[in-house]
Amino acid sequence: MIIYGVALLAACLVCGLYIGELLGQVLGVQANVGGVGIAMVLLVLASGSKRLQSLVTGPSGEGIKFWSAMYIPIVVAMAASQNVVAAVDGGLLALIVGVLAVVVSFALVPLISRIGPQSEPLPPLEDPSESATKRGV
Amino acid sequence: METLSEVLRANGLIVAFTVVGITVWLSYVVSNRFTNGRIHGSAIAILLGLVAAYFAGLETEGRRGVADIGVLAGIGIMGGGMMRDFGIVSTAFGVNLSELRRAGLVGIISIFAGVIVSFIVGAVVAISFGYSDAESITTIGAGAVTYIVGPVTGAAIGASSDVIALSVAAGVVKSILVMVGTPMVARFIGLNNPQSAMVFGGLMGTTSGVAGGLAATDPRLVPYGAMTATFYTGIGCLLGPSILYFIVRALV
Repeated sequence: MIIYGVALLAACLVCGLYIGELLGQVLGVQANVGGVGIAMVLLVLASGSKRLQSLVTGPSGEGIKFWSAMYIPIVVAMAASQNVVAAVDGGLLALIVGVLAVVVSFALVPLISRIGPQSEPLPPLEDPSESATKRGV
Repeated sequence: METLSEVLRANGLIVAFTVVGITVWLSYVVSNRFTNGRIHGSAIAILLGLVAAYFAGLETEGRRGVADIGVLAGIGIMGGGMMRDFGIVSTAFGVNLSELRRAGLVGIISIFAGVIVSFIVGAVVAISFGYSDAESITTIGAGAVTYIVGPVTGAAIGASSDVIALSVAAGVVKSILVMVGTPMVARFIGLNNPQSAMVFGGLMGTTSGVAGGLAATDPRLVPYGAMTATFYTGIGCLLGPSILYFIVRALV
């Protein structure tokens, strides 16, 4: 049943957000600390567990894959509901702070990536339109 | 016409699926026809979304882009925090656990490096613009971390409301730049494997920016970047009003 996969995904998110909220309280900050990241780890563990196999394979798995294919459309909707005017109107200071923070952080990516064991580049994507159809975008 | 508007308003989320679907389709047509697929359809769609949000914001004077237009309110639900987080978590399905473990340490390093470096950049710019009190400098520095860390820090240490607004604006600029800029710089910063994606997420930290930027670069990298990015704002809220504020106060 598709709903089983969707329910597993939802349960992971709720648990993760709850743990993240508790973590925030323990640390005394007004923010959720890593709730979504914890939920992702829970989902990865669940999909690797033998006992939960029936929730992540077959039709149930399709319930999770559906949402994963809906991810880009959700991001498009997210972009369309950003406060872009505030970013443009924030003035020179806000603009410079934002631009420099991004440029410096971009520059650090290759430096910090060099630490520790390296991972292989992913194989190139096939023809974008083709892979898009496959992903169901 | 009035009946149509009523139907659209009463079914916001469904309208959002339709509108976003058409936008994505259009973007892929543009990508294939005019750029030969070189610019990802998703990157074009995200850009279209941002442009629409800008004009909608000018028109409605609201803060939620096209979601402030009555008949498009559903876009705000579809693109809100709840659906965004749900979508992000679903991308972890099929993630390689050993990749995560292998890049765990470097991921943590990148989160702290990202928060501290962005903070310093923001603080230095604030000083060069003539701010001299520790509260304003810290709050603007925190805004360079993310648009959530800025106001949380500012409120905690008692910064003025215009400085808090500035810090939010700086954070929003950062988030949008990451969305738009990531696909352009991906090749030059080696953003093509799970480890660099985790480092990227940890350094940038803005969940929306990382989510959008990686989606437009290579959707397979999303879960790795999102994983570290979701810890960033929490760590920023932890460091901003405490250690970082104390350091700034000691220095000025």
